[in-house]
Amino acid sequence: MANNYYDPADLRKFGKISEWSEELGEKFFDYYGKVFEEGALSAREKSLIALAVAHVVKCPYCIDAYTKDGLQRGITKEEMMEAVHAGAAIESGATLVHGVQMMNKYNKLSM
Amino acid sequence: MATKSLKARHNELAETNKQLDILSGGVFADGELPRFKDKLSNIGQYPLRPKKLEIFQINVGYMCNQVCEHCHVDAGPDRKEIMTKETMQQCLDVISHTGAHTLDLTGGAPEMNPNFRWFVEEAAKVGIKDFIVRSNLTIIMANKKYNDLPDFFKEYNIHVVSSMPHYTRGKTDKQRGDGVFDKSIQALKKLNEVGYGMPDSPLKLDLVYNPSGAFLPSDQAAMERDFKKALKEDFNIEFHNLFAITNLPISRFLDYLIASDNYEDYMYSLVEAYNPAAVANVMCTNTISVSWDGWLFDCDFNQMLGLKVASKVNHIKDYNEEVLNDRNIIISQHCYGCTAGAGSSCQGTVT
Repeated sequence: MANNYYDPADLRKFGKISEWSEELGEKFFDYYGKVFEEGALSAREKSLIALAVAHVVKCPYCIDAYTKDGLQRGITKEEMMEAVHAGAAIESGATLVHGVQMMNKYNKLSM
Repeated sequence: MATKSLKARHNELAETNKQLDILSGGVFADGELPRFKDKLSNIGQYPLRPKKLEIFQINVGYMCNQVCEHCHVDAGPDRKEIMTKETMQQCLDVISHTGAHTLDLTGGAPEMNPNFRWFVEEAAKVGIKDFIVRSNLTIIMANKKYNDLPDFFKEYNIHVVSSMPHYTRGKTDKQRGDGVFDKSIQALKKLNEVGYGMPDSPLKLDLVYNPSGAFLPSDQAAMERDFKKALKEDFNIEFHNLFAITNLPISRFLDYLIASDNYEDYMYSLVEAYNPAAVANVMCTNTISVSWDGWLFDCDFNQMLGLKVASKVNHIKDYNEEVLNDRNIIISQHCYGCTAGAGSSCQGTVT
């Protein structure tokens, strides 16, 4: 057992989750594969969305996976960083928009 | 970025045996990853056998004006291996009788062979259907004596296939050297000027995309769309097809993988992307590769690993297509590079 929580080599073992629950694992990977196919959005656009979300959910495996995926698709580092900022802006916006709740509560409690 | 070949640097990877040891050792020796041979056996394709010969590929020398970081030939200005006129004549004798429909000249920079133009003129007389020269583009701008290459190619109806790792300057120069991008753009413009790569032009200009790092190429058609759009919008450059080629873990690319601690992950990526459907069309089944000194190989990669064909006919002077076609193709773990994803060959994907 490793003495750290994240090991880059564990990403290769992702598929093994199906071994302990075959049906659910397979349904997940089928769904996952389908999501990233070319559709109304291109696979390239979806890769950038995945990269942004990977940062927002702070998943080191996903960051590794979608940085490599982006390189494979010829996505530039400038495009990747803009995607990360898009994710970060939504995340910080989500925090800041709660400031309205704070203001509402403040006003309600104040004379 | 290195300016010398592995050979000139006396790097141990200049020894083909060292490379072959690495490719059979590590994760493949301890069974962590399956050997390529086992994968072929699983689908009844071992030993791998040739089909009809279609492509005759000649490496006219390892000398090159560039020292690309990923080069599987370990080519560069310091390489002195150059095909002689005598060996070229032996090749011409074979070309006039072969059943192959494609003649493919590669290097190094093939144009740097002093007898290159003579050889092209003579080979063109044979009337082969598709006559390819793999030109690195910058050679056209490297010296005055090469400036007229676009006209020369046009005169002999040469199909030009050129490397262009990315449509942005940074990525291209990182892989191929400073200034390569700008010179490549100038060379592409010159090729376009004489008609190469223009829509509906019979003068074929295709580009080759190699990933600039430890990752695999993505969908060839999508990359072609991106390249076409960017080169047209930014530089008004036209070309016909983009070939996405996987970097094989040999020579300088192997050196890079090991030095950057990416080797194991890269081999995992190749094995995970193994596509049995690509096996049927791997290029070694329809190609013969000839080295600068006339030896015969299953492909250019086996040539660089020093793996001569397993046939009693193994030199151009003894060429016999029938005998040669009755052979087993030599494989090792580098072959995973040609069966990953949509497959990879000197003509791009194979599925």
